[in-house]
Amino acid sequence: MNVAVSPNNNTVARKPKNRAWERFKANRMAFISMFILIGLVLVAVLAPWIAPHDPAEQDLLNKLKPPSADHWFGTDDLGRDLLTRVMYGARVSLAVAIFSVIFNLLIGITVGSLAGYYGGKTDSILMRFVDIMLAFPQFFLLITVVTLLRPNLFNIIVVFVLFGWMGKSRLLRGQILSLKNREFVDAARTIGMSDFRIIFRHILPNAIAPVIISATLQMGSMILTESSLSFLGLGIQPPQASWGNLLQSAQSLTIMTKAPWVPFIPGFMIFLTIMCFNFIGDGLRNAFDSK
Amino acid sequence: MPEAILEVKSLRTVFKDKHKELTVVDGIDFEIGPNEVVALVGESGCGKSMTSLSIMQLLPRSAEIAEGEVRYRGRNLVGMKNKEMAKLRGRHISMIFQEPMTSLNPVLTIGMQLTESIIRHLGVSKVEADTRADEWLKRVGFPEPARIRREFPHRLSGGMRQRVMLAMAMSCRPDLLIADEPTTALDVTIQAQVLDLIRELLKESDMSVLFITHDLGVVAEMATRVIVMYAGQIVETTDVRSLFQKPMHPYTKGLLNSTPRMKGDIEKLIPIAGSVPPAGMYPPGCRFADRCPLAEAVCRAEAPQLREVVPGHRVRCHLA
Repeated sequence: MNVAVSPNNNTVARKPKNRAWERFKANRMAFISMFILIGLVLVAVLAPWIAPHDPAEQDLLNKLKPPSADHWFGTDDLGRDLLTRVMYGARVSLAVAIFSVIFNLLIGITVGSLAGYYGGKTDSILMRFVDIMLAFPQFFLLITVVTLLRPNLFNIIVVFVLFGWMGKSRLLRGQILSLKNREFVDAARTIGMSDFRIIFRHILPNAIAPVIISATLQMGSMILTESSLSFLGLGIQPPQASWGNLLQSAQSLTIMTKAPWVPFIPGFMIFLTIMCFNFIGDGLRNAFDSK
Repeated sequence: MPEAILEVKSLRTVFKDKHKELTVVDGIDFEIGPNEVVALVGESGCGKSMTSLSIMQLLPRSAEIAEGEVRYRGRNLVGMKNKEMAKLRGRHISMIFQEPMTSLNPVLTIGMQLTESIIRHLGVSKVEADTRADEWLKRVGFPEPARIRREFPHRLSGGMRQRVMLAMAMSCRPDLLIADEPTTALDVTIQAQVLDLIRELLKESDMSVLFITHDLGVVAEMATRVIVMYAGQIVETTDVRSLFQKPMHPYTKGLLNSTPRMKGDIEKLIPIAGSVPPAGMYPPGCRFADRCPLAEAVCRAEAPQLREVVPGHRVRCHLA
């Protein structure tokens, strides 16, 4: 009963947001994951200043060396410092994940809101377009388009944005369909609010939680997709490092047997990051779900 | 008589799909003058709410106004551009609903929802809007308005929320308030509180009210004039006094006999047998004939017209 509210206490009501945050904090894995991710983002952003070596600096006499005081993660087959390359790789992987998901959200939210709120023809046209986009096998489409364009960071993000927003718009459309006939929406109309304001101010905050959760989980899958592309040699091109092409360049049997840390470390980073995003996604789902 | 605030002329509202048309409001005429409280009474499904939504131009997508006019201070609202209409809603014509529990947005604070229409319609600054919101919250009986403004709806009771809704509806000083069963979902003591409040606000302003209800007790307490609806049509309309003293339509009499009263010698409540025929299944004659204890052959054969029996008292019945 410690949360019982006496009618004359002067505290401001705890916002639903704050309670969600408390539930999120109570989920230990999600909370830890959040800190790991913040750390990763910091390292990625600060890589040019904190990396111990130059990412392209080769030292052929010291190639495939095991971890040491000078090279914490050892060196790769060209004698480059693996820690530095992993740090620079994080920049690419996280940038791809974060930017493509942000733009995915923008497109997905716009399309989903319009389709859900206006219904009728608008809905049919937009949703059939979504169906068409979803009908293509995503990964092969990515490979095709990336091959046609030059595979660099910008193009990869563009392609991920073009082919990644459909799920969000569908999710949001469903939410909005169920919300738009609620009485508070009618009430907003009776006080003369514009459609734009009703959608973005009244409906969206009620509908956004599952979309945010899906976006968090999508960050993980974006990293995995980028890594897969790079692993196939279609993603970020060496010498620029990404976690995927670090793995690709460690494919030879010699490296795998003589220097297992070279594939292991980028692989582990991919694993760790995706795990973190998934735990956070789960944590958010529990936090937003008030039942 | 001074110019009417609202005139509804032969309004016909239908639900439509590809195959058929269902008339739910069938040729309704009425007027609301300045400072008048008109009660619209009838059973569930008789078209009361569809009438109010037709006035607000907020019909669901599957419904539309097939005929007639709704004039607010002479301007026809039917077919008006949505943008124009949005300027009227909340500013000149406001509405409160039956369900205060769901009429407030759960994720926005009371203050955000209250200031929204003030800022939009009156074009005042955020700070000024907050001050006005506080004034209104005080008027609807919140002693600490600044605190209530920061609350989310889930922290308020049903009665408190309905008072907030009322503050929202009143905040731009509309000429016309449509109250769609505003007390039905509240318990009796809170009902009285909200009704008192509406009456008080009425005294202070020259607002007109269209009060939609099926509670004749509320009608007696609030209204100056009453419109009784049955199966999409007006069956009786008169001032409140003669409705209770000399009801003429058998349906109205039935409603009165089935309402408990504190005074009088009615021992038992007499229900009206049967239920409202669904739209599209109306009998050819009088729509009430099948349930009417007095029905004669003519009632089943010929549809009665609404006619003025006594000055100011119109009834749709062959026998009146």
